[in-house]
Amino acid sequence: MKKAFPILAVLTVPLLGYAFYQAMFVAPADQMQGEVYRIIYYHVPSAWTAFIFFFINFVASIVYLIRRNPKADAVAVAAAEVGVVFCTVVLVTGPLWARPVWGIWWTWDIRLTSTLVLWLIYVSYLILRRFSQGDQMPVLASALAVFGALDMPLVYFSIWFFRTQHPQPVIGGGGSIDPRMLHVWLLNWAAFLCYGLLIFWACYRLENLKRELEETQSLESMLEAPRFR
Amino acid sequence: MSSSARITRATLAKDIRLEWRSKDAINSMLFFALLVVVIFSFSFDPIAEESRHIAGGLIWVAFLFAAVVALNQTWARELRNSVLDAYRVSPAPPNALFVAKALGNFIFVCVLEALMAPLFTVFYNLRPLGPAWQLIPVAILGTWALVVNGTFFAAISIHTRSREVMLPLLLFPITIPALLAMVQATNAILTGQDSAKFWIVLLLTYDVVFTIACLLLFETVLYAE
Repeated sequence: MKKAFPILAVLTVPLLGYAFYQAMFVAPADQMQGEVYRIIYYHVPSAWTAFIFFFINFVASIVYLIRRNPKADAVAVAAAEVGVVFCTVVLVTGPLWARPVWGIWWTWDIRLTSTLVLWLIYVSYLILRRFSQGDQMPVLASALAVFGALDMPLVYFSIWFFRTQHPQPVIGGGGSIDPRMLHVWLLNWAAFLCYGLLIFWACYRLENLKRELEETQSLESMLEAPRFR
Repeated sequence: MSSSARITRATLAKDIRLEWRSKDAINSMLFFALLVVVIFSFSFDPIAEESRHIAGGLIWVAFLFAAVVALNQTWARELRNSVLDAYRVSPAPPNALFVAKALGNFIFVCVLEALMAPLFTVFYNLRPLGPAWQLIPVAILGTWALVVNGTFFAAISIHTRSREVMLPLLLFPITIPALLAMVQATNAILTGQDSAKFWIVLLLTYDVVFTIACLLLFETVLYAE
């Protein structure tokens, strides 16, 4: 398993480079938006990657609550960290694109608002992990992760109803996507997913090493205590 | 009466008696909500006809902030003299304790709302143009949505450092759909322009989903060590 990281890294780096070349130079310019649309090759793959990692976090949290396996908790925290980073990329690249195309940085539209709420929920999850410690922390964090996952459909439906009552600027034009664009888009998604998995794997290993180190240290301090001499 | 119901009743009676004698939670909540009302009045013209459109948001944000004051005290009180530890080792069902605490908070926040509602009406010149009776289910379902998750997250936050700060950080993101539903339902009733039905159903769904989630997970959180 230790070799998984270098193998994945060797795969990811050229894939990212190739996907970048395709997105910037090969894919045709958009009929309506011109060159500015190319940010979509980063925006959408990041969003999908973030959602996948949040889902991994949800599953790992449930597994932890049932089995109490520390490995499941390490998966959950690594997935949440990587998910929040990708979700931040989505929230930053969105306004960068929206400003020239819509003329506004932000609109309280359904997708934007629910992504922001999703981001808020997982940031609060990471804050909880930072502010609590010991063996109880993974239990509390897993419970919060389950609540967050239960909340998301309600968030989506409430904002959907809220915003269909008050129409907003329409996103993009209808129209079909050029097959070349779709190809480049999927390529970028694959590259970002690999990159996400790479970082996720590193976070997971780091989390496990941290725990091993803590155990060793507490064991050593017990052995060094005066009464054992 | 089952033992679970007896424990719920005893804990609830104890909390209400404590509150009746000290009036800590209700006084601080009332004053806090009053401050929110006064401070908000500087940000817009409170007498204008348009204030009807923002009144729903204002009322519920004031109640949400004020409820946090009571919610923070829910479990902190039990930490003194290790009452919570005693509860952990006793064979009493954890959900009986949770239901008692959630009901207690529900009663306190309802009392707050009953006392604050006339004040809001006077200060912001409110007169519902829609079916006013619908405000009652909205208030009941909305308050339960706040306190059921609030009681649960308060139980999580007592395990953390700086627990008073932690509760709103955990509670507010999860509460967003419920808050949106309360605000929109109240606005719909006050302006009489839309139907509040969808929002009441959404609140009901939120209440059912999270009440079940709290009851399923509370034991895990209480025994987390």
